[in-house]
Amino acid sequence: MQQTEFLNTVLPLKDKVFRLAKRLLVSIDEAEDATQELFLKLWKNKSKLKNYSSVEAFAMTMTKNYCLDQLKAKRSNNLKLVHSNYKDNNISLERDIEVKDSVSKVHELIEKLPEKQKLIIQLRDIENFEFEEIGKILDLQPTAVRVALSRARKTIRQQLIKQHNYGIS
Amino acid sequence: MELANIEQLIEKYENAETSLQEEQVLAAYFQQDNTPVHLLEYKAMFGYFNESKAERFTKTIPLKTKKPYWKWASVAAAAILLVSIYTINKPGSLSDQERIEAQLAYQETQKAFQLISQNLNKGESVAIAGLQEFQKTQNKVFKNN
Repeated sequence: MQQTEFLNTVLPLKDKVFRLAKRLLVSIDEAEDATQELFLKLWKNKSKLKNYSSVEAFAMTMTKNYCLDQLKAKRSNNLKLVHSNYKDNNISLERDIEVKDSVSKVHELIEKLPEKQKLIIQLRDIENFEFEEIGKILDLQPTAVRVALSRARKTIRQQLIKQHNYGIS
Repeated sequence: MELANIEQLIEKYENAETSLQEEQVLAAYFQQDNTPVHLLEYKAMFGYFNESKAERFTKTIPLKTKKPYWKWASVAAAAILLVSIYTINKPGSLSDQERIEAQLAYQETQKAFQLISQNLNKGESVAIAGLQEFQKTQNKVFKNN
């Protein structure tokens, strides 16, 4: 793959890569670092990219694997404490200001989902991939993708209703 | 779109049976203001999805295009070395033009030298004639003695 071809086909994926990384890594800084790191990797391997049927799906798979590895490394490095601190801060801050914005609540709820469902919600509802593509990216059967997605959507809705009712009563 | 249709789509959506087109219909519907109360959660969800789609990566991506220049530098150095050795060691490498000019210059100088030697010869014969005259008078003087 030539330089110009790379700039035209791979570089526009940077927003998708960044959003997926942010979904998994939570912090913007980490997501930015991950994006830069991933594009460096793609750049170095640009000669091999034409072997993949869909560069987009390949980039998504790479992002997923890289971020999950990062998370694993973080957990084993005892950095979980920092992470949960960050989370707690966020929630208390929100309680303090009493932001009742249900849109930001959705963000929180997605964050609490299991990683697989998080990924699927991101890829389907935000990046609008087909089920077959998501299956390829996550190495799952399309039906498994549907089941997990349905579960995730229902969970988000139910949690929203719960919070809603709690707010009223 | 009618509410009944939307509710039908919503049910399909919950079961993850909607196509991407149908999901776009839902997203467009929930962007409107007049959402019934029992569907407000979906408005929040689709609102969030829409917001997230707009998120952009703003940092620059540093792609290193640095190539190993020193490799080519060594090739260039070797080439220069070879060329210079070749030109220095090349024997008698004069062009035809130069050869003709050199020949002309040689002929010119030869002519000049010939002219000089002819005139020298002339002067010599005159001088010898003078000397003979001197000898005659000398002889006369010594005879008289």
